Amino acid sequence: MSGTAVAEQISTTGTARRSRARFLRNPWRHPWFLEGFTWLYLIWSLAPIAIAVLFSFNKGKSQATYQGLSVRWYWGDKVNSIWYNPQLHSAMIETLKLSALTTVIAVPIGVAFALGINRWRGFLPSSFNFLMILSFVVPELIFGVAMFFIFTQMPGLKDVGLGNVAEVLGLVTWNVSWPAIIVQARLVTIGKQYEEASADLGCTQFQTMRRVMLPLLVPAIFASAILVFSGVIDDFVIVDLLSSNASNTPMSVIIYSTQHGGNGGPALNALATVMLLLSFLVAILGYLGYRIMTRGQRIDGQQALTAIAGAE
Amino acid sequence: MTGAAGRPGRKPKPFQPNKWFWVLLAAPGMVWLVVLFVIPFYAMLAIGEGKLDRQTESAVAVYNPFTWSSANLTNVVRDLFGSGAFAGDIAWRTIWYVAIASLLSLVIAYPAAYFVARFAGRRKGIFLVLLIAPFWISYMMRMLAWIDLLQTNGYVNKVLSFVGLGSPNWLGGHSYTVILGLVYGYIPYLILVLYAGLDRIDPSLIEAGRDLGLSRMRTFVRVTLPLSRQPILTGMLITVLPMLGDYYTNTLLSGARDTSMIGNLIEGQLSTPSAGQGAILSLIVLLVLLVPMIYYVIQTNRASRVAS
Repeated sequence: MSGTAVAEQISTTGTARRSRARFLRNPWRHPWFLEGFTWLYLIWSLAPIAIAVLFSFNKGKSQATYQGLSVRWYWGDKVNSIWYNPQLHSAMIETLKLSALTTVIAVPIGVAFALGINRWRGFLPSSFNFLMILSFVVPELIFGVAMFFIFTQMPGLKDVGLGNVAEVLGLVTWNVSWPAIIVQARLVTIGKQYEEASADLGCTQFQTMRRVMLPLLVPAIFASAILVFSGVIDDFVIVDLLSSNASNTPMSVIIYSTQHGGNGGPALNALATVMLLLSFLVAILGYLGYRIMTRGQRIDGQQALTAIAGAE
Repeated sequence: MTGAAGRPGRKPKPFQPNKWFWVLLAAPGMVWLVVLFVIPFYAMLAIGEGKLDRQTESAVAVYNPFTWSSANLTNVVRDLFGSGAFAGDIAWRTIWYVAIASLLSLVIAYPAAYFVARFAGRRKGIFLVLLIAPFWISYMMRMLAWIDLLQTNGYVNKVLSFVGLGSPNWLGGHSYTVILGLVYGYIPYLILVLYAGLDRIDPSLIEAGRDLGLSRMRTFVRVTLPLSRQPILTGMLITVLPMLGDYYTNTLLSGARDTSMIGNLIEGQLSTPSAGQGAILSLIVLLVLLVPMIYYVIQTNRASRVAS
């Protein structure tokens, strides 16, 4: 190696090192490692779902190997597809029924509770508010067991028994804290000035509530309705413990008990895919609805996304 | 009253909010909570402290506290702490599983949430959609996805045997499968809380750290991490509490007796003569979790008061 070549080499490695050092020293460099990690996480979290959806279109019976595309498990098979199997079919309807009923009951109760508790100061309302948030964090199994006991043992409620009514009552109790918490948080950000203004202008309390507060709360109420509805679609523990027979068993419980009983197969994947589509539909409608309702407010798409996922 | 204010028919009275209006609004929710939240837990206690009907072989509730029997309690305490205590093993296993699963979730979720909240830039919207998507996918679907992948001749084993790592029987009752299931099942809720918390950190605080000469790492340790303590705690609570009551992940991904958790024990006793012991066990779990739950309630309350 001649002298110049060596010198050249030294100088190039020098620049390389210096440029790498400069790259490391750049305080605003893009965190490639973090980005890679995030992508890995996303693949890990979403690829299995994509594969499970793919399996619902499996030609064969296997849950392990994909044997070609078919809609056999949706409606092709006259016995075992979700369209023709009465149990799977009724499970879909049951889920929708429970979701709708629970939302219709839980949201008004929760919203009224939030309004009342938030403005009525004192020991009694704050302890009930405490109880409400507690119902939000109690492990679902423990709550479900307590519910199971009252509907199988308690005089008076025992006659109700397990089944549709018990499921709705349990789900409402479990979900009523969504509107109660979200509306209260919104009430705090709204503040009292609108209410006071409307009172100064001569509105009664009822008019203030109807004409001023409720319109301001519409996005929050809507977001909580979305959360309750999709929460019930996903719910498993309460409906598992409180359902009594095939006619009142929703999708999640059918998937669990069939798979657990060793009869799993692509039909379950098809049922789960329907559930997935239903949830996504609710999420998309929720997102669009929320955007429309908050038009003119400084709320961007990302805030709307987190709002309808309950993380505002 | 004297003067103009007292004269009828002049100005409307200054607005006096009527407390009963608020009471009336809150009343349905309050009644609901008493009947379907407080009373059920009392019923649970009554069954736990109740007696066994020997003829029908079923647990019977005793609602009068003066005639309570502690037979179930004694049994449960013996099962938990006595010699040959099978429930004690299950309780320890539950604590271990939940501890490992929740820490793993945190280690995975935090960097991803941190990246999306801080560095995603213009692509934040798309990252956020992908991050939140699992939140909308039902738990059963997510478990089903892994059941498909982890079959003995499933895709995970196909990859593993292709690389030459053999094909383990994942669903044959292993603790690692259950822990994987718990992490996969509960991480969406954690990541959402972490993202919301990290997104709320004022970027100017971080810039200030950098401007004052802290390295990237030290800015993270001294500024970002302390500011994300609250979301981490809330996020951990929101994953740990339901994990402790989980029984379905275990049944679906393992089903073996030696991976069963406290949830399996409670659920398994429900329709049996030992329902009373299940009730006592549930109450013990509730009692242990009371402190973290109350902490959560106080935090939520404070957060909603400071939100403005």
